[in-house]
Amino acid sequence: MTTASLPASVDAALALLEQHDYFADRRLATSVFLALKMRRPLFLEGEAGVGKTEIAKVLARSLGRSLVRLQCYEGLDTASAVYEWNYPRQMIEIRLAEAQGKIDRETLASNIFTERFLIRRPILQALEPADGIAPVLLIDELDRTDEPFEAYLLEVLAEYQVTIPELGAIRAKEPPIVVITSNRTREIHDAIKRRCLYHWVDYPNAERELAIVRRKVPGADVRLSREVVAFTQRVRGMDLFKSPGIAETLDWAEALVALDRIRLDPETVANTLGALLKYQDDIGAITPEVATRLVAEAHAEAAAIDAAS
Amino acid sequence: MSTSPTRLFARERLADNVLHFCRVLRAAGLPVGPAKVIAALEAVEAVGVERRDDFRAALESVLIERHEQRTLFDQAFELFWRNPRLLERMMQLLLPKVYGRTPRSETEAPLPARLAEALSPVRRGDRELYDQETTIDAAFTFSPREVLQSKDFETMSAAELAEVKRMIAQLRLPLPELPIRRNVPADRGTAIDLRATLRAMTSARGAVVPLEWRRRRHRSPPLVVLCDISGSMDRYARMLLFFLHAITNDRDRVHTLLFGTRLTNITRHLRRRDVDIALARVSAAVSDWAGGTRIGACLAQFNRRWSRRLLGQGAVVLLISDGLDSDVGQGLSREMERLAKSCRRLIWLNPLLRYDKFEARPAGIRAMLPFVDDFLPVHNLDSLKQLAGAFARPRMPRGRAEAEFAAGLGA
Repeated sequence: MTTASLPASVDAALALLEQHDYFADRRLATSVFLALKMRRPLFLEGEAGVGKTEIAKVLARSLGRSLVRLQCYEGLDTASAVYEWNYPRQMIEIRLAEAQGKIDRETLASNIFTERFLIRRPILQALEPADGIAPVLLIDELDRTDEPFEAYLLEVLAEYQVTIPELGAIRAKEPPIVVITSNRTREIHDAIKRRCLYHWVDYPNAERELAIVRRKVPGADVRLSREVVAFTQRVRGMDLFKSPGIAETLDWAEALVALDRIRLDPETVANTLGALLKYQDDIGAITPEVATRLVAEAHAEAAAIDAAS
Repeated sequence: MSTSPTRLFARERLADNVLHFCRVLRAAGLPVGPAKVIAALEAVEAVGVERRDDFRAALESVLIERHEQRTLFDQAFELFWRNPRLLERMMQLLLPKVYGRTPRSETEAPLPARLAEALSPVRRGDRELYDQETTIDAAFTFSPREVLQSKDFETMSAAELAEVKRMIAQLRLPLPELPIRRNVPADRGTAIDLRATLRAMTSARGAVVPLEWRRRRHRSPPLVVLCDISGSMDRYARMLLFFLHAITNDRDRVHTLLFGTRLTNITRHLRRRDVDIALARVSAAVSDWAGGTRIGACLAQFNRRWSRRLLGQGAVVLLISDGLDSDVGQGLSREMERLAKSCRRLIWLNPLLRYDKFEARPAGIRAMLPFVDDFLPVHNLDSLKQLAGAFARPRMPRGRAEAEFAAGLGA
């Protein structure tokens, strides 16, 4: 893989993302451009399924860098996020030293706590990449961890270094490109955000969403894609517990393609709504009457665009 | 680097403007420190000023930290970077303040209150006058039932106040601690701490070493308090606020929301260490003191806007309300069910329970009772103290609280 050079302007960033199937709005492209230029972590917050994680993947792909992903969960600790010692190997080493009868405390300690016995977890991998090219480090769903891990991240994000008590500080030669995502199931501490460029990822507008559907579900009929997008945009306007994200729109479009549909009709909507909405209350809110009305509106809107083009 | 003097001048002025813009945001309450100002300059330098939207997005990504701050940022940006009399305003900002504001022309849109204050701050002396003003803005009231008034904590007699404060400050709410997925070294642990054991082995010179142990750490879960401040709860709300202040400052991960006809998150205000300052801020932030109650609507709002942000990691919800709902329980049971399903434990504190003859007759109470895990009184200091015992009790299957309550009535 060859490393591509970083985009030189917002337009270049926009084009780069689009080239790799990510249709960003200009605001997001600006944030991405600045994150690369200023070498700051990019903090993306937004509802589930609006394409936060995807940005990191696309960045890795488009810049020709590897993607190191750290999925966060409650209780995530340094042993699984940063590094761990290889205890079985260390034990064998000690036994060997004992068997050979040459046990010197100091040498033994310095022998078994060396890089040879270190198991690298995502963050250390990102700071010391095997191929020497700074990767994209994706810290996914940071809101799922707890405060102690956030506090630990501060050193990593500010200095791009980690401290291993037995070895000392390990510092990245070239800082990785860091993307942090959060679904906002709790507020991330300001100290973390302060070190990052903050961006709230919104639902896309109809035009952008259509472009995404066309690119990602090429098998879908043009007219159907327009109807799906028009329908989804209207559903987002309703008072729901969880509005559908882009991921759901794509799922739904794929489901409709799998069912060989080329137009939306109320019955198909009722049968496939589970691809779009994930809460029973929300599905219940789309009654047959509502579905019929929304489908009619979606038809009309798609037809209007057809006529215009 | 251009050497042309005009260009240099333009760039210097831009830096000045960015600096002033940061100062306006800071005065409006956004956390914009010097580091951010530097970052903002760097970002502007990188993006350039050719396109207004890029310029804006660049400043935005550096200067805001939360989604909520966007509104204020947008308003400030529009105002600051579009207004042709920008310089004039900046001068105002820098010049010593003259009493009163510069009169604005009719065509100009009114400034948002926080920004207006930031652009021409009121002097300390003026602010006191300001605070004493009792003008009530009724433009956004929900209904005549919602009494828009600032609750006056001063009316409590001094002796009473001191006594209650002293006693409540000592109250603690011992939530049961739950195991979390982190470990601590322990003499009698449940898992072997390999790292510590190995370190011991290296210094043991081949002798047999005892294993080092660790065990799961315990921590109390987040607590979310939803407190009713409607007219019927008025007598208790005041006392409870002291209590809420005490528990908010006693532990981390406590969130407090008040509701009457609307929902207000007061967590940030209660974090003030000084109870008087905290309560004064709460009083200023809440507009529906002693009005009606729309429990269903407020819970719906909580479920939509806050539940996913506050109820993670096994939160316990403390619902303080008498259950007397102005909307006679409309849509209430559905929202209660959603609330109960999103938290670890739902505890209802009801001051009306102090009456021996209390019956779950009002529609609101009937709608809520099936979904709570515990149903307890909260009308005096004693009952607050008894909460501790209730928390220690293990959680029972849902619906048991209602059955127990019904059985208690029959006895």
